[in-house]
Amino acid sequence: MNNGIPKWVDVVLIPLLSLILAFMVSGLVVLSIGKDPIQAIKLMVYGAFRLNDGIGPTLYYTTSFIFTGLAVAVAFHAKLFNIGGEGQAAIAGVGVTLIMLAFDWPHWTIALFVGVIAAAAFGAAWAAIPAYLQVKRGSHIVITTIMFNLIAGSVIAYLLVGPLQASGSLPESSRFPSAASLPTLHDILAVVGINFDRFSDANITFFIALLAAFFVWLLIWKSRLGYEIRVFGNSDKAAVYAGISPVKITMIVMLISGALAGLMAVNTVQGQAERLVLGAVEGAGFIGIAVALMGRNHPVGIVLAAFLFGALTQGGVELQFEMQIPSQMVIVIQALIIMFTGSLENLVRMPVERLFSRFKKGAV
Amino acid sequence: MKLLTTLMGAAALVGVSTFANAQANPALIFDLGGKFDKSFNESSYNGAERFREETGIDYREFELQSDAQREQALRRFAQQGNNPVVVAGFSNATAMSIVAAEFPDTDFVIIDMVVDAPNVRSVVFAEHEGSYLVGLLAGMASATDTVSFVGGMDIPLIRKFECGYFQGARAANPDITLIGNMTGTDGSAWNNPVKGGELTMAQIESGSGVVFAAAGGTGRGVLQAAADAGILAIGVDSNQNFMQPGTMLTSMLKRVDVAVFNAFNDVNNGEFTTGIVAMGLAEDGVGWALDEFNEGLITDEMRVAVTAAREAIIAGDIVVHDYMSDGSCPVE
Repeated sequence: MNNGIPKWVDVVLIPLLSLILAFMVSGLVVLSIGKDPIQAIKLMVYGAFRLNDGIGPTLYYTTSFIFTGLAVAVAFHAKLFNIGGEGQAAIAGVGVTLIMLAFDWPHWTIALFVGVIAAAAFGAAWAAIPAYLQVKRGSHIVITTIMFNLIAGSVIAYLLVGPLQASGSLPESSRFPSAASLPTLHDILAVVGINFDRFSDANITFFIALLAAFFVWLLIWKSRLGYEIRVFGNSDKAAVYAGISPVKITMIVMLISGALAGLMAVNTVQGQAERLVLGAVEGAGFIGIAVALMGRNHPVGIVLAAFLFGALTQGGVELQFEMQIPSQMVIVIQALIIMFTGSLENLVRMPVERLFSRFKKGAV
Repeated sequence: MKLLTTLMGAAALVGVSTFANAQANPALIFDLGGKFDKSFNESSYNGAERFREETGIDYREFELQSDAQREQALRRFAQQGNNPVVVAGFSNATAMSIVAAEFPDTDFVIIDMVVDAPNVRSVVFAEHEGSYLVGLLAGMASATDTVSFVGGMDIPLIRKFECGYFQGARAANPDITLIGNMTGTDGSAWNNPVKGGELTMAQIESGSGVVFAAAGGTGRGVLQAAADAGILAIGVDSNQNFMQPGTMLTSMLKRVDVAVFNAFNDVNNGEFTTGIVAMGLAEDGVGWALDEFNEGLITDEMRVAVTAAREAIIAGDIVVHDYMSDGSCPVE
């Protein structure tokens, strides 16, 4: 599959070259709206990584994208295309809200533990319905999951002007008890004497995202279930022949995928807003697809890609603040990156492969 | 650790160095939905553009992409010395009360919501006064001695529109029959043109001659149904007269653009005040629309009456009851 090119070329060099190409084309777009592309790139990098108020938001977005990226990747190993991360995360937010408002939490550790379970359970439950429809009724999961995003949106709109609405005219739930408030990276790093951005929303959920990535690696490559998932993904006929039940695998994979997408709500609803608001997911479910694509469905790749997209999101905010470049611009840049690293990958891959095979012949 | 502090110090310096000298260095934040939403945000954009054209002073803007950015955007503009920092949309109230406390020397403005802080101006609109004027026009124009109202979601703000409208219609014609319906009790009521149309048809069967829609996207169905049945309709917020030319009696205007312009301009002239600013008829915050699409429907008599009513309200000779002040309406 690698056509004899070294692994580092496959995993690092080719994505990097694609990325540079994407940035060059983005630069042309920036130029075409009459702004300086070099300054734009500088600002994006500066804005995304600056210590006092850049890296914090970047890590906050990264956390959400890791979860949704992992969700897409796990499903993809079984060749299931879960594009319902948006809805699963939204419903998970409802789960988190219900449980947070139900009790007086004695300590945030317990609130975090229960929040994680609630988010995962609600996310999984929302993914379970399309999964069931796929295995029992043959309704295609791409269609059903995207429809379920819309249903989730309507459910939340209903809840926030009805049963869950706090008093007043805002479509928001009540605030969670302050004891349930999760420690931010500022709080955590202060323990070791680092004065991290105190306004950023990045919180302890970031470490849960890294743990989730590790869990996905264990699951897919080190467990029996993961082996079954991969077999089913590569050939469902072979899987049936080997005694693997397609119904069971599809259901389990979608439950795990939905749970991972749902965990995002711990970051946004419990960690940031501390209440349920309209549109808490804000497209992270869809960005997860790009993250999984770019990360090649491998947890390490996904963490890196999520970090890249987190940096792009925050860098885009900086572009808007400092150069008044419209926010749509960063979506264009993200789209170009997806295009170059995904569908146009061979544009870079083929010349690189040719180069390496010539180099090899020369060496021999 | 040393490196870290140095870097942060450097970054802080950069932040301060962008401090500008102009008296007004305004910043405007658009709520979710985007700058060109044909409604609220676009109206505030128009106000900011007018300020730029008239004074030549540029402003900075930011389009919110997520709830998490509300505080970030407010804080960022305040940190960099922008003044005033204006945001339209009630959802920003929580973020503003936090950030306004952090920057006591910065002037903040929130539109459509009240934030009680010493450096915040809260702009609220006297929707009942504008509704009274269009109600007056409706009462005079109705051929059937009946006018009707279609609201979006049943919330006090929409009752405020309805109550003002009914008071105006009664003032024009003490014997007029009033019909009011709300589309629903949840958020979907703002975007349900089909139901809006059905309610309007039911009202027409009950004899309505003019219908006023204060229902967001649902209003499209109301205006369409009125046009189909050949009765008159009244639009809301922005000038919607162009939507059904010929059957649009007028539109009740809510001038978010004026609120933004005034905020920028007041700071620029050193006249900025905080506290609650009610944008009524006197401030041109609300009003009624007259353009080439409805001038044929507005008779001279109506024009005189509505102008007189406007002046009487401004002078305090007519007091339009605000539904939200006590949760009730004097006319049924």
